[in-house]
Amino acid sequence: MITEENNMEIEENIESDSKQERKLVIPGETIISGEEYLPGDFTRKEGNDIIANRYGLAEVSGRVIRIIPISGVFEPRRGNTVIGRVEDINFSGWMIDIGGPYSSFLPVSECPRFINRNDLAEFSGIGDVLSLKVAGVKKSGIDLTLKSRGLGVLEGGRIIKINPHKVPRIIGKEGSMINLIKDSTKTEITVGQNGFIWIRGELDGEEKAIQAINLIVEESTSSGLTEKIENFLMGERK
Amino acid sequence: MQLPNINKKRIITLLKEGKRLDQRKPYDIRDITIETGVSINAEGTSRVKIGKSEVIVGVKMDVQTPYTDHEDEGTMVTSMEFSPVAGERYEAGPPQMDSIEIARVVDRGIRESGFIDWKKLCIKSGEKVWSILIDIYCINDDGNILDASAIGAVAALKVAKFPVYNEETGKVKYGEFTENSLPLTEHLPITMSFYKIGDKLLFDPTRDEEDASEARITLSVSLFKKEKAINSMQKGGITSIKLNEMDEIIKESEKLYDILLPKIEKQIKAIKK
Amino acid sequence: MSYTKRLDKRKFDELRPIKAEVGIIPNADGSALFAFGKTIAIAAVYGPKPLHPQHMQEPDRGIIRCNYNMLPFSVTERAKPGPSRRSKEISMVTANALSSVVDLTRFPGTVIDVDILILQANASTRCAGINAAAMALAHAGVVMKEMVSSVSIGKIDDKIVADITKEEEDYHEGEGPTDIPFTLTSRTKEIVHLQLDGKIQTHRFAEAVECAKNACDKILDYQMRALKGEKINENE
Repeated sequence: MITEENNMEIEENIESDSKQERKLVIPGETIISGEEYLPGDFTRKEGNDIIANRYGLAEVSGRVIRIIPISGVFEPRRGNTVIGRVEDINFSGWMIDIGGPYSSFLPVSECPRFINRNDLAEFSGIGDVLSLKVAGVKKSGIDLTLKSRGLGVLEGGRIIKINPHKVPRIIGKEGSMINLIKDSTKTEITVGQNGFIWIRGELDGEEKAIQAINLIVEESTSSGLTEKIENFLMGERK
Repeated sequence: MQLPNINKKRIITLLKEGKRLDQRKPYDIRDITIETGVSINAEGTSRVKIGKSEVIVGVKMDVQTPYTDHEDEGTMVTSMEFSPVAGERYEAGPPQMDSIEIARVVDRGIRESGFIDWKKLCIKSGEKVWSILIDIYCINDDGNILDASAIGAVAALKVAKFPVYNEETGKVKYGEFTENSLPLTEHLPITMSFYKIGDKLLFDPTRDEEDASEARITLSVSLFKKEKAINSMQKGGITSIKLNEMDEIIKESEKLYDILLPKIEKQIKAIKK
Repeated sequence: MSYTKRLDKRKFDELRPIKAEVGIIPNADGSALFAFGKTIAIAAVYGPKPLHPQHMQEPDRGIIRCNYNMLPFSVTERAKPGPSRRSKEISMVTANALSSVVDLTRFPGTVIDVDILILQANASTRCAGINAAAMALAHAGVVMKEMVSSVSIGKIDDKIVADITKEEEDYHEGEGPTDIPFTLTSRTKEIVHLQLDGKIQTHRFAEAVECAKNACDKILDYQMRALKGEKINENE
């Protein structure tokens, strides 16, 4: 499910992918030197040097120099759609594992349906997975909500995990890539920004969709990716 | 993230059609690679990869007094640990139940098969015998570590060389090696574990499949007077194995022994230490 | 007989053949291998992730938890499995060295697990471990202001040398052996780990520091190349 608030970021990342100058840098490395440059994401400026604060792809175009992470934890933001697994249940809600450094909680008050407060597990038990939205990010943890269209307990199908930094590629410009996969394999797919993806369809369709996703992850930096995926989905299994 | 319920259900649904998440058939094995001589201070070492699972095994030798009821036989002790590098679920600490079980099952598979000629490890009856110490470390867990450990132990034993031993002083000169291999029979014992998920059996599980399984049968097979014989068995897990499932396991183990033995022998042929 | 030529014929400031590679443990968030000659270390990083039990958490910062261990057969005389006081000390100095370059305030209440395993030992194991750990942390995408590089500087008899071997540690002629493991930051060249074992005249310490700086520069280059995708193996 492509959500509006992520569109901008996705577009930016896709645009930049094939064109701009990008080089792999390590922490402490000087990316570029010059008075005119400004330190963007995961960089700092010392004197005239723009220095990397993280291993990743340094984008050197324009005045603002930033690093695009290729590894590392998913840092959720308000409005992100995520997929999580129920770890534990207490009297007021569910402890959800969405990966990464945070503890996340879904309070009963954020569920849209009538829930039996004496039996929260009836709605969603330990080991169940849900698609949720991030309502807030606090130092003490993440607040989750189900109060939005299309969210809820995920039944059937299966979950796979990919590097969260590849999610924009999986979704594609205005959802073009994910829709291509869904239509071609006749599957329902929900992509969590945290790198967890839910797929449901016929067994063969699920299998093909997963292969397509893995192919995108492997080839994410190559050009002509859309064509490669189209060929894969139309043609015989590789 | 721990295995979601829907993934477990998916594994079971696929198995009903004879399929698995990585498109293998129930008794298909992932790629196995075996390297030897990976840690040169030891008498013998091996590194085994099955798919993404990886173990490193070392054989060290020492001279000790024998057990009183086996005065002219060498001894062997096997240990196993999951290094914390192997996965998020492994924290530093004393060996847990699963690693203790793996060590003991691997040990029995080798001990009972007659692979090692214990009497040839005797230096002086009642006083001095060679002691073999096998240390198994998992450095990446993607399932089936038990079988990988067994292959690693056999490979490390096969390439191990006696250290230099001074009979007069009774001291071993560690770090100096002879050209002499351990007294081993030609036929390698092969340890095979079968896992039950739902009511279907499979072989060589990935980590997810192992998490989804509820019972396991491990058996170690070697040649006894030219026939395949079972030297050790162990049932693991909390649910039961039906008698007809046991029949299937024994039948499949005969087939898999014929597939695994040449695969493993071929790779160990590199007689680097 | 004074130490005029190194036992393995290296120059005084020369490192042993280096092996360096990242991504060797598929399950880990970041991983690496680093070897000085016959000393081989691997490191795996898991995290940052929530730290349990809660009472171990720091309210305003995360922590780095390091576990250093050696394979029992990594040394010629088998080392009993399990933690020793030595391995606990090494775990602690390693965690301290890495903590000084990682931004721990980014994720309060979390832990980054750094697990180091020595596969084969011929002195300088803690330095190889720290080099692998630094690479693994970067590989895992941990926010850090710079890298750290580690090397054992020795004074063997009266000669200052870089990257000492076990044979050099056991050289007792003349002034005997002194082992000085250093870990320096990559940009600012500050000391984040330092130990010393032996005896060195106070006026000579600056020489050891200079030797460490040069050696760490070389090591940083290997770490960078490995992180950029090279599989370095000078042993071949």
